Amino acid sequence: MTGPPAPGAAGRRPIAALRAVRRSAWTVAIVGLLGALLAVEKLVHPTLNVFDMQSLVDGALPLCLAAMAQTAVVLSGGIDLSVGPMMSLVNVVSALLMTHATNGQAVLIALGLMAVAAAAGALTGAVIVATGVPDIIVTLATGFVWGGLALHIMPIPGGAAPAGFAALMTGELGSVPSGLVVILAALAILWEPVHRSPAGLALYAVGSNRAAAYLSGVAVGRARVTAYAMGGAFAALGGFALTASTTNGNAAAGTSYTLTSVAATVLGGVSLAGGRGGMIGPVAAALLLTLINTLLTFEGVDPNFSLVVQGAIVVLVVMVAGLVLVRRRGA
Amino acid sequence: MPAVNLLEVRGVSKRYGAVVALRSASLTVAAGEVHALLGANGAGKSTLVKILTGVIRPDAGTIEMSGRPVRFASPASAPRAGLAAVFQDPSLVPDLTVRQNLRLTGADPAGVRRWLAAMDLGVDEDDLAGDLPLPLLRILDLARALAREPRLLILDEITAALPADLVERVFHVIRRWRAQGRSVLFISHRLVEVRTICDRATVLRDGADVGTLVLAERAEQQIVALMLGPMAASPEALRPAGPGAGTRPDAAVRDRAGGASAAPLLLEARGLAVSGALRGVSLSLRAGEIVGVAALEGQGQDALFDCLAGNRRADAGEIRVAGRTLAPRTPYDAIRAGVVLVPADRVHALLPQRSVRENIALPLYNRAARWGPIDLRDEGARAGAAIARLAIDTRAQRQVRRMSGGNQQKVVVARWLAAGFRVMLCFDPTRGIDVGTKRQIHRLLRDLAAAGAAVLLFTSELPEIPLVCDRVLALYEGRVVRELPARAADEATLLRVVHGLAREEPPG
Repeated sequence: MTGPPAPGAAGRRPIAALRAVRRSAWTVAIVGLLGALLAVEKLVHPTLNVFDMQSLVDGALPLCLAAMAQTAVVLSGGIDLSVGPMMSLVNVVSALLMTHATNGQAVLIALGLMAVAAAAGALTGAVIVATGVPDIIVTLATGFVWGGLALHIMPIPGGAAPAGFAALMTGELGSVPSGLVVILAALAILWEPVHRSPAGLALYAVGSNRAAAYLSGVAVGRARVTAYAMGGAFAALGGFALTASTTNGNAAAGTSYTLTSVAATVLGGVSLAGGRGGMIGPVAAALLLTLINTLLTFEGVDPNFSLVVQGAIVVLVVMVAGLVLVRRRGA
Repeated sequence: MPAVNLLEVRGVSKRYGAVVALRSASLTVAAGEVHALLGANGAGKSTLVKILTGVIRPDAGTIEMSGRPVRFASPASAPRAGLAAVFQDPSLVPDLTVRQNLRLTGADPAGVRRWLAAMDLGVDEDDLAGDLPLPLLRILDLARALAREPRLLILDEITAALPADLVERVFHVIRRWRAQGRSVLFISHRLVEVRTICDRATVLRDGADVGTLVLAERAEQQIVALMLGPMAASPEALRPAGPGAGTRPDAAVRDRAGGASAAPLLLEARGLAVSGALRGVSLSLRAGEIVGVAALEGQGQDALFDCLAGNRRADAGEIRVAGRTLAPRTPYDAIRAGVVLVPADRVHALLPQRSVRENIALPLYNRAARWGPIDLRDEGARAGAAIARLAIDTRAQRQVRRMSGGNQQKVVVARWLAAGFRVMLCFDPTRGIDVGTKRQIHRLLRDLAAAGAAVLLFTSELPEIPLVCDRVLALYEGRVVRELPARAADEATLLRVVHGLAREEPPG
């Protein structure tokens, strides 16, 4: 460039690997924090074993998947307040349909429901794009619709799921908690193909700067609809996780996941303004939040109070990270 | 000029509700020509560009490329017709790397690299676009558009954010482009550039084309006359006593300069420093004085204005306002001391969805000590007085964002008129504003100074300096390298000084 170089630009050409770490510093930090906390848990409870790991993952699985659903939408610059109700709806419908199903049928039902949920997400996205009504309002409304439908279908908890299907989500495969396999499979089969395709690039671009993306010729509407469809599919998986862990359907089961999914997304380093972040961070954050809960319960802390701690941690981490970011920008 | 018309626009119109943005515009661009699209703010230029690039759809009219009618549904469809645009706002996505940005639009990276090389520039493709300086982003945008090898390239104010040497390189590329028989539609407020690079120009006024002319010597006056319309066919002199439009009488300058030394010092800065930007800048402004700041892009002027306006704290140095030390922690502190800022980007200063009146009245309510209901009569009177004084066009006053850029800028100035101030810091207040409004702003600044205010004016348009200022400070690499009386600051001298060339030369 001309003139004096921008401060900090000259003489600081980081090699690719270093730069990659710096750009995903938040994810690295949150995974590190998770590791540190696991180590603490190991110290406090020297008896920690594979079974404890598995119960942690089982407990965290719905939140992990909810966070992934939220992240897909937030990355595109939106926000989805219907994640929780969608999980409830999938939970009751799957429990109803699977009551007398074999394991094989259950898997087919799950795949079908996932497609329907993705379509419902796409519809939400299409409404947002077509009407120009803000995301937060449309998804609040669709959230009421999904939640109402769930209650209508199953006013009191009921239904069932075959044991094999439940084990697929919450058991263990070899010595690995199958929840982890579900998350990794969802990432590998659902997210990465999109993430690495032009559609994924468009999704990030639209979230980062919608006007610039539009002027660049990006199909903005299509990218946003894609994000909501992905969100729907992940939310369906979250619904299955609820079905599998409780082996029944409950129209209120997903309610709390709307806002905790936002917490995990933010804690996972995804910018609520869109365009910045990834999937690993929110998943790690969901595990972290669940682990904190578990630790506090072990210590005999009132479960209501542990919510206070969770909230404080979210604020604290985001604040500290914000300060670090500001300092780095200023330097 | 070749006979084949590449682009033929006939009778295109567009209205937004009751507001007619474009009445009936026609435009013809031949193959192998650089064609300028000119017009005052609000004449319909941006609307026409948006229609040509598919951002908005016209209500009526036809567009033909090489004789075939085309319709664009979105910016994505314009390139297919052989058309590529570089917009006023960079269309690179900040959170993606340069490479991802190229992939996003399906641009050919090799082509982009080739065009960057043609401008003697390179870029690390793994850098995030958001980390690159603005001028480089514009160039990258240009290279990306060129790499598409369109038949028609639309450049909307491409030079506005570029330092002079980059403008030269852009022109070099445009000439090469033309030599290959391709065409450019060039939109700029800088008539000098238009004359340098363009073959013909079409002038818009009030949403319609009012003339197309071949650019030759002395075309500038013709253009200005077309842009202003019959009302202002003869360019108004800045001051009634002045002999011409371009220069101020020396006598007036000397009068002011003589009187100024006795006037009280309103703003003094000593040794202002900001790491990486400012290296000890001192200046003083007396009441009734307009001091210009001339500099190329990125010589510390941003930091200087930010420090004075309380937007940023200086690492070292002292600021005194009317004799009292001011160490502003926030703009609020500076404003309370009477130091106010008119920023370059009007979007930063205004509440776009609110009315003109609210925008003007905003600083009146700075003091939390003022409880109770707002005195609407007082507010209305103050705002009304400021609106009348600045001749603000209030047809779109319900929402400031609907107003033209020039009118928006006047609203920013009006706000400080209503609130009262001692020192006005104007950072490139005429950027992207049409000639007529520019003159009004120049005259306004002179009036403010005559009324006893002090004005510090940074402008990226060097010819403005002898027109408006009493003195000029040239900033180079964070230092004041020269101070000149305005009458000695002709464009050639200033250009040398801001490039850091003429340090040794005696003033005058």
